[in-house]
Amino acid sequence: MFSKDIQTQVDKLLSHYPIRQNALIPILHLAQNENEGWLTEAWMQHVADICEVPLTHVEGVVTFYTMFRLKPPGKYHLQVCTCVPCCLVGGTELLEHTEKKLGIHAGHTTDDGIFSIEEMECIGACSFAPAVIVNEDYHEQVTPESMDKMIDELRK
Amino acid sequence: MAEETLVLFKNIRNPKYDKSLSAYKKSGGFKSLKKVFGMKPDEVVQEVKESGIRGRGGAGFPTGLKWSFMAKGTGKPSYLVANADESEPGTCKDRELMLKDPHMFLEGLMIGCYAIGCHHGYVYVRGEYFPSIKSLNEAVDELYADGLLGLDPMGSGFNLDITIHTGAGAYICGEESALLDSLEGKRGHPRVKPPFPAVSGFNGCPTSVNNVETLACMPFILGDNGVEDFKNFGPQNNSGTHLVSLSGHVNRPGVYELRMDVNMKDIIYEFGGGIRNGKKLKGVIPGGSSSPVMTADEVDVLYNFDDLAKKGTMMGSSAMMVFDEDTDVVKLLHRITRFYAHESCGQCTPCREGTHWSRQIIRDFLNGNGSEEKLLRLNRVGGNMMGTTLCALGDAAAMPIQSFVKKFPEEFRKYYATV
Ligand code: FES
Repeated sequence: MFSKDIQTQVDKLLSHYPIRQNALIPILHLAQNENEGWLTEAWMQHVADICEVPLTHVEGVVTFYTMFRLKPPGKYHLQVCTCVPCCLVGGTELLEHTEKKLGIHAGHTTDDGIFSIEEMECIGACSFAPAVIVNEDYHEQVTPESMDKMIDELRK
Repeated sequence: MAEETLVLFKNIRNPKYDKSLSAYKKSGGFKSLKKVFGMKPDEVVQEVKESGIRGRGGAGFPTGLKWSFMAKGTGKPSYLVANADESEPGTCKDRELMLKDPHMFLEGLMIGCYAIGCHHGYVYVRGEYFPSIKSLNEAVDELYADGLLGLDPMGSGFNLDITIHTGAGAYICGEESALLDSLEGKRGHPRVKPPFPAVSGFNGCPTSVNNVETLACMPFILGDNGVEDFKNFGPQNNSGTHLVSLSGHVNRPGVYELRMDVNMKDIIYEFGGGIRNGKKLKGVIPGGSSSPVMTADEVDVLYNFDDLAKKGTMMGSSAMMVFDEDTDVVKLLHRITRFYAHESCGQCTPCREGTHWSRQIIRDFLNGNGSEEKLLRLNRVGGNMMGTTLCALGDAAAMPIQSFVKKFPEEFRKYYATV
């Protein structure tokens, strides 16, 4: 199921660990990236076979960690931190603003599939709060205005 | 104006520094590793012990001692795992190191590997840290290309590999035994101890888990006169500089590198530039969200492990969250308990149930349904989590609850039901 390039990465990962199972989480990341940001049962089965563990083990792992998703995210996944330091300087209001702007609640995706929102616990940018991760990029000291601008840019 | 003491940030604060291997070498990088390769591993552990360095991840356990606990002669490989799962709310210092000067940390990791006889070190980075992961992978590639990793670096005869491992979002994986379960490809559940990781860690082999900042101190400690200089940066038993993540209602939040004899007041008013909008200080959560809260009149104290312990709180991961007079502390505590309820791994009953109950009781208050009896109950729920769980998450959830109730009882009374 992995494309040739990614299969090379999978093989390389496996070579870094004494036991195949050890590479499970990094390989799940690769699988999720291959499948546009979420995992299906077929993908989980495939990774289970690679790591030589039962499917149920993979499902247990996938449901434990917040970064693995069982439904597709938007093309742009907005992860807004509302944990303590962010919350002190407007993170909660920023989340509410984003929800209103996109007309969806955290945990949901817009109908056109472009945006999804996730409420985050601390993402480690507390001294530069409030912080937001968009796909893989950090944005710091985000205001409702800069959020609006970013969303409008991304929509173009 | 108070100034930083630059050891870990000496390159990062240099605007011309580009974090490449050649730039790091030019700044004196890898001299310590070279020296270490000429020493016996036990001698390295001894120097680290003498430096007095205590772990920067939160617990403050002496690093040299931790390394000396590593089981020997087991016939199994030994492992060093860097804990880069930084996720205690308020803490954002390891990210700076990995992003802006990855080689200093990696040299420290390599020194640690040599000290405990580990030929394959792992860095467990939290999955959300995409930019740091990229920065580390590029740095590791540079080290292999240069021959500093792989077979026989610097002609030392000490083969060494390093793998950057990505986690997937779970606060509990910052706890060292949960981290090891996660590294093995499982759900991150804290283990029953003993056995401690030094005896049975990664895949059942002797393992030491050390924080990123702790390891990043090693090139300095093992450098010329490093042990003595390191000790002079702070009072006895609190040696070295540390990275303070300052956040909340200050004018200049940021990560500052400070000696351990700097007064908290100066951190807030000099480094942080005082409270925003000319407001007054109400309190500080001094060491990550799990540390007991301090009121404004308690902050005239040196910011280090022992002085804060004397005040009944802790420095933890050196993450100071400052809040002003307008802050509703009941709401603040609600946000903290929500965090722990979300992150409890669910293994131990007191924590799984206690974190949810406490959140619910505080929500009652916020709905105008508080009472004296509920306040007592909240405190009791906190007490029942203290020391009753496999890992420290139970304590971490209990300490804010009990301290907020004790320090700010009047604020809770505002939310009592008026019948
Ligand atoms: S609380 Fe938002 S980044 Fe730490």
